[in-house]
Amino acid sequence: MTPLLEVQALTKGYGGRIGCSDVSFTLYPGEVLGIVGESGSGKSTLLNCLAGHLAPDAGRVIFDTRADGPRDVLAMSEPERRMLGRTDWAFVHQNPRDGLRMRISAGGNVGERLMAVGARHYGDIRAQAVDWLGRVEISDSRIDDRPSAFSGGMQQRLQIARNLVTGPRLVFMDEPTGGLDVSVQARLLDLIRGLVRRMGLSAIVVTHDLAVVRLLADRLMVMKDGRVIETGLTDQVLDDPQAAYTQLLVSSVLQV
Amino acid sequence: MIHVENLAKNFTLHNQGGAVIPVIAGAGFEVAPGECVALTGESGAGKSTVMRILYGNYLAQGGAVRIGGLDITRAEPREILALRRETLGYVSQFLRVVPRVPTIEVVAEPLLALGQREDVALARARDLLTRLRIPERLWALSPTTFSGGEQQRVNIARGFAHRYPALLLDEPTASLDATNRETVLSLIEEAKAGGAAIVGIFHDLEARARVADREIDVAAFTPGLS
Repeated sequence: MTPLLEVQALTKGYGGRIGCSDVSFTLYPGEVLGIVGESGSGKSTLLNCLAGHLAPDAGRVIFDTRADGPRDVLAMSEPERRMLGRTDWAFVHQNPRDGLRMRISAGGNVGERLMAVGARHYGDIRAQAVDWLGRVEISDSRIDDRPSAFSGGMQQRLQIARNLVTGPRLVFMDEPTGGLDVSVQARLLDLIRGLVRRMGLSAIVVTHDLAVVRLLADRLMVMKDGRVIETGLTDQVLDDPQAAYTQLLVSSVLQV
Repeated sequence: MIHVENLAKNFTLHNQGGAVIPVIAGAGFEVAPGECVALTGESGAGKSTVMRILYGNYLAQGGAVRIGGLDITRAEPREILALRRETLGYVSQFLRVVPRVPTIEVVAEPLLALGQREDVALARARDLLTRLRIPERLWALSPTTFSGGEQQRVNIARGFAHRYPALLLDEPTASLDATNRETVLSLIEEAKAGGAAIVGIFHDLEARARVADREIDVAAFTPGLS
């Protein structure tokens, strides 16, 4: 099987400080990779380098594109990379405000992504928007409301709809359940899991919440000080952690 | 079907002065299709540790575990995931599910993950839940709020939904009443008759005597005990 994404020795520094250093991994179609670590461990830097929001200092990010097969994303032209960002890729931000347009309607937020890839027929766009709002459990009576009138959990679900409407193959998620109440988190996790399975999506989920990765991720990567210190099956890394830091991280989780 | 060879497992506790605790050494056994092997030994002897290594949940420090041709101790995560989807089932003592997912879907999920049609998967789930006496009015609810015994039975239904060629059972009859215990034992017998290779931990001696063809005392693999 051809990997969907192959990352080789990715490195990004901020002046003298390390953002992430020498990160390599392979992601296959349908796999969900979790990246955990404390604040400042480099997990968000890594995600932003992968998604093309930050330019890494060194390394390669090879993505199996629909049209031309495996290509180095970092060697692509800016318009090519932007097109990839609108079609094969999706990025779910921790703060829905970073991923939504707050001044246009919920339906418009979903429709805009479709128009960005060439959809022009108003009826089709509206029908798809209604369909996607339904899939993320937003009533179609709210289609003309602005996201600013939505709760945090609804905004996050709308952001997911906006991202998935174009049928991406790889979704980047940065703390997708951060800042939400636990009851809302559970609903969102269930939703993301269902979508991943039904659409055969691959995803890279960055979080500091070990319970979230246990439920969402097949594989886990633990980062500390910009480096990957442990990788493996999610349940294996959490139940039999090998590195000192991972053992500390797992044993520090409060039990409820 | 299951081949264990010279298996070794240590725990290194980095946050307690780097203490190395050897828990398994020189473990070896085989389980043929249609055979059920019971792991015995007192609490703390390492029965669950062996099971977890067989499932790829714990890493081994030495030896090999071949299940369906794959050496789990050296396999890539995605190979282990595929093995768990298709070949290797595990009924643990505790149910761990996503909150909010209805019981019927929790049970059908292993079949859906294999790409089975939804109606076929749900029919199998309904059949198992009925046999395990989970009242139908509970099927649409998440099992997270169920009693311990009900959760255990949902867990068993889920574990038996797909007919795995290799199956690991960690105390499948614990906390069950006589009728449900009987159902679980017949599920195990059916799986054996269907050719499944089974490794189990049974504290219930009668259950063990009925379904297990052989016993393996893990004390023989425990460093310091043998």
